[in-house]
Amino acid sequence: MLELKDVAVARSERILFDGLSLSLGPGDLATVVGPNGAGKTSLLRVVAGLSRAHAGQLHWRGRAIDEGDPVYGRERLYLGHQPGLKADLSVTENLRFLLQLQGAGFDASTLAACLAPLGLAGAEQRPVRALSAGQRRRVALARMRLSGCLLWLLDEPLTNLDIDGQALVAGWLDEHLAAGGLAMVASHAPLGARHAGRRLQVELGG
Amino acid sequence: MWLWFHKLGSPPYFYRTAGRLIPWFAIPAVLLLVAGTVGGLAIAPSDYEQGDGFRIIYVHVPSAYLAMFGYVAMAIAAAIGLIWRMKLAFAFAAACAPIGAAFTFLCLATGSLWGKPMWGVWWDWDGRMTSMLVLLFLYLGVIALRGAFDDAAKGDRAAALLAIVGVVNIPIIKFSVDWWNTLHQPATISKLSAPSMTMDMLGWLLIMIVGYMLFFAAVVTLRLRGEVLLRERGARWIRGLDSRA
Amino acid sequence: MSGAWTAAAALARRDLRAALRRWGELALPLCFFVIVLTLFPLGLAPERDTLAAIGPGVLWVAALLASLLALETLFRGDMDDGSMEQLVLSPQPLALLALVKALIHWLLSGLPLVLLTPLVAQAFYLPTDALWVLALALLLATPTLSLIGAVAAALTASLRRGAGVLGILVLPLAVPLLVFGARATDLAIQGQSAAGPLYLLAALFALAVTLAPLAIAAALRISVD
Repeated sequence: MLELKDVAVARSERILFDGLSLSLGPGDLATVVGPNGAGKTSLLRVVAGLSRAHAGQLHWRGRAIDEGDPVYGRERLYLGHQPGLKADLSVTENLRFLLQLQGAGFDASTLAACLAPLGLAGAEQRPVRALSAGQRRRVALARMRLSGCLLWLLDEPLTNLDIDGQALVAGWLDEHLAAGGLAMVASHAPLGARHAGRRLQVELGG
Repeated sequence: MWLWFHKLGSPPYFYRTAGRLIPWFAIPAVLLLVAGTVGGLAIAPSDYEQGDGFRIIYVHVPSAYLAMFGYVAMAIAAAIGLIWRMKLAFAFAAACAPIGAAFTFLCLATGSLWGKPMWGVWWDWDGRMTSMLVLLFLYLGVIALRGAFDDAAKGDRAAALLAIVGVVNIPIIKFSVDWWNTLHQPATISKLSAPSMTMDMLGWLLIMIVGYMLFFAAVVTLRLRGEVLLRERGARWIRGLDSRA
Repeated sequence: MSGAWTAAAALARRDLRAALRRWGELALPLCFFVIVLTLFPLGLAPERDTLAAIGPGVLWVAALLASLLALETLFRGDMDDGSMEQLVLSPQPLALLALVKALIHWLLSGLPLVLLTPLVAQAFYLPTDALWVLALALLLATPTLSLIGAVAAALTASLRRGAGVLGILVLPLAVPLLVFGARATDLAIQGQSAAGPLYLLAALFALAVTLAPLAIAAALRISVD
């Protein structure tokens, strides 16, 4: 479904890597590994559509991905270093906005069910500024879970998370892949997902 | 035609072609500029109203012309760069900006020098001069924006977009400034308008304009070669250049 | 398409909420506006004739500078917290989202300026009849300024030292607004019809509202890259 053909990625006119080809189908997980500066974040940003590939093509469902592609925009979720939360708004307000922006539905009871295992039950109305970095990361993960997106692009999803949080992410990732989802994850730490699907490793640099 | 266009987009090919083109621009430019200067300053008759003071138009008018031409050329190159993602077009836009700004400044400076004997002051809020001043600000904006980015490719794209926004706005700004000027100075229509010119004055002016355009082409090509070298630094073909020399 | 309107409404609600919870920051450009206006009588002379003569121009220049100050924050917050990435990545037309952001920005910074100006215009001895024209001209000019300014703010959004560049980009483009706006005010003071410049301001608004969102969207894509 997601295909990369001969992709080269550059930053500030310097080519980080080239000739990367990759094909992901339902249930597949690609982990992107490599030392700092190898281009893990740049690769995820290119796949997400934030930056352009220096060379090569990207396809989703057999069609080239355009700038601002509505189909890809609806089905792809990108979680970067910054979670995209407004500090002055409450957890609910933030999540409602991000979900509506993506064109996903919003339902208060699903939200509560999603926040409870994250240890955020009762925090729905609290402004995001009152949360710790780990808790903000958890809010962003709740959005990932609620979005209903088919393709998850996660850049260091375990940052700031404690052991419980990391186990939760692994469990959710397993569920997502088992349900036929796709994921591309850049992570230093092992993810600990135990799903049955295909597992690819993209090694950059070195 | 397309093949040639494509070939021109490749930096080493362009670098060599541009190098060969420069003398074809530069030599006629120098000849025409010398001829035009001698003709304009010595041979053309003096104006019956302004005396010899009018002779500054041989510098002033061509600069004004190129100041506007330079901005439009820059905006067209910028649009080509954004639409077809052609790096050479961005380099051309980057090469144009400082030259266009320099001509705008030259136009303002000569206008000011001309203004002193004509109006008795160095600066008068004349419509054309004010438009030129705003044009200079627009040029400076493009240059400043490109320079503010650490990532050159990003700076190119941002400056290109700004140049296009600017070119859409130039007619509106020009119209508003003319409108403002006629309201506030109804008695004097435009004091910097060229005097009614006879053919023996006009001919030299045309020579100067063509000379300026060729000069512009030569300097832009020269700068463009520099831009290409700067942008392609580290590329293999540049090391090749060195060994051949 | 209904998804796009839902998203646009959600963005409008979010921006309004976030801004109103920090209402102190909204007041800053207004304070700046009043302070600049105070400086003119202090720098010149508090003579009624002088102030009445320079009043229209001074009011328009001060309004322009105050809007410039407000533009700084238009996209900065979204860039810093990562929401800009999510806006760019959303399946909704980015030009529509850009238009919403610019109009909410106008609602929070331009409209208060429009409402405040007739009051402070008293200090420059503008005749009461001219106040309506002044308010109307500002009502037409400030949204255009927000849209043009948003293009420049979007271009400079990823720069750490963008403030100085922003002024160089916006102010030359604002020349027509200043010319037509000040002229409309002038005509009204002289008791003549200000219809001409007001129509021109309306035409500029129509042009800006159609073209600027496209430019803002393109600029935002460059800035998040």
